[in-house]
Amino acid sequence: MNAPALAIAGLSKRFGGLPATKDVSLTVMPGERRLIIGPNGAGKTTLFNLVTGDLDPDGGSVKLFGNELIGMPTQRRVHLGLARTYQILTLFPRETLMHNVVLALLGLDRLRWDPWSVLTGHRDLYAAAADALDKVGLGDRAGRVVAETSYGERRRLELAMALAQKPKLLLLDEPLAGLSQGERQAVRNLLDAIPRDVTIVMIEHDMDTALAFAERITVLHYGEVIVEGTRAEVVADPRTREVYLGD
Amino acid sequence: MTRRAVITLVVCAVLLVALPWIIGHEFYINLASQVLIYALFALSVNMMLGFGGMVSLGHAGYLGVAGYACILLTTAGYDQLTAAIAALALSTVAAGVFGVLSLRAPGLGFIMITLALGQIVWGIAYRANNLTGGDNGLSHPARPMPFGIDIRDASSFYYFTLVVFAVALFFIWRFARSPFGASLTGTRDQPRRMRMLGHNVWLIRWLTFVLAGFWGSVASLLFVYYNLYLSPHALALQQSAEILLMAILGGASTLTGPIIGAAIITLVKNMVSTYVERWNTLLGLIFVIVIMFMPYGLVPGCRQLWQRLHSRQKGKAANAAPEASP
Repeated sequence: MNAPALAIAGLSKRFGGLPATKDVSLTVMPGERRLIIGPNGAGKTTLFNLVTGDLDPDGGSVKLFGNELIGMPTQRRVHLGLARTYQILTLFPRETLMHNVVLALLGLDRLRWDPWSVLTGHRDLYAAAADALDKVGLGDRAGRVVAETSYGERRRLELAMALAQKPKLLLLDEPLAGLSQGERQAVRNLLDAIPRDVTIVMIEHDMDTALAFAERITVLHYGEVIVEGTRAEVVADPRTREVYLGD
Repeated sequence: MTRRAVITLVVCAVLLVALPWIIGHEFYINLASQVLIYALFALSVNMMLGFGGMVSLGHAGYLGVAGYACILLTTAGYDQLTAAIAALALSTVAAGVFGVLSLRAPGLGFIMITLALGQIVWGIAYRANNLTGGDNGLSHPARPMPFGIDIRDASSFYYFTLVVFAVALFFIWRFARSPFGASLTGTRDQPRRMRMLGHNVWLIRWLTFVLAGFWGSVASLLFVYYNLYLSPHALALQQSAEILLMAILGGASTLTGPIIGAAIITLVKNMVSTYVERWNTLLGLIFVIVIMFMPYGLVPGCRQLWQRLHSRQKGKAANAAPEASP
């Protein structure tokens, strides 16, 4: 059997005395679309930060296609096929959209160590970046500086940067946050178009989109997995209603 | 490069080459050499500051390591070329070690560690009497003879400095436009995102630190050849701070800024000080005024001013036309 795309086992993280992640275990199979939900402060983003290496766990294991990630610096995990988008936009505001994607492409290219050649002379790099921007519908805005673009465009740029890296596992942290209804639909279509060789784990509060997108759902509450299963199972589970869907 | 940039570059190059004829007087030619040496110091510190967002207060430390190494080796009987190469190598290795130590902490911690390292080098230079002559300093036996060319007089030394400066500037210019340079500015603006894009932020910073140390060491050798003397005063904190101020005054985010800043500060220091006793006050005044009105430094500030004037003129022309809206 194939190794799971993401296998988390017994993962724990405390901030001071406060447990943010409590003995979390979950397995995501290759090609799966997994949704993680839970009320504010449930530890969803902390879980992402543990997977990417922004935070070190107090214990447990995270495996990406069988490779243990814990103890490995973030950039090495990225080279193994991990990519993420941020809930709070983390872009290069003074640079053009094109340059943002070029930096994403450089991250996985040996060229990034070259202190001699002129960056803008690498036509193939810019062609690939233009292609990535086209895919999210930003092709005509490639030369614009991030600071001069709309919030919705920046959300799509986040996605373009992650997808340009052709990741195996993509972590999406609220990709629809703060978007208008029309923009939501556009991003939803983009997400649907991502090929199945990319495994996706998504945190999202927009239930319409999230439930339609995900095959399996994990519910986190106070850092613990309380329910996990298919869409129907999770929605029907009384514990889900209790902590998340509320009354 | 645009046509205008090429023309500007050619004009600057011609002016720099013709400078000894234009100014004639030996004192001013020597001053021009000093400007170039400090410009190279400022350019090298700006690789860290402007492109990497790393503020170093220990850059004069390389003056200590490379400078004393060069003098001691030459005095010990090694030929000038061997001494220069060995001094550069030693100083660059020192930069590697300093980098490892400094990069343990970001931001303010980085500044303080570079400050401490610079002070340690200064302290050794000051205390190790047997080696460095302590407060009395050391004399360098003679200027080198690159390819058998005599560079003892002011104008030939100026040309020697100009050639070294031009080579360094070319490398640093390429560096700023390279993929590595782009990665470096990325780590300045969003280190966390850069990691998440697969960049090794620490290594990018460390390599920049070492490269900046190398070019700082090259400037240090020029400094020793120019003065034929080195004492702990030359590597005191004041020196590191001045080099940093040059870059900030001219505009740290640009390539030309540090050169302009170095020219202004060196000229004020040397020329105004003959007329005004409180030249340090004047320097401070210039700095405060520039930063108040041009917070990003002179070069970006003037560029902005120029653009504003330009668009205003265009606006006037548009207003004169009857169909234009106000």
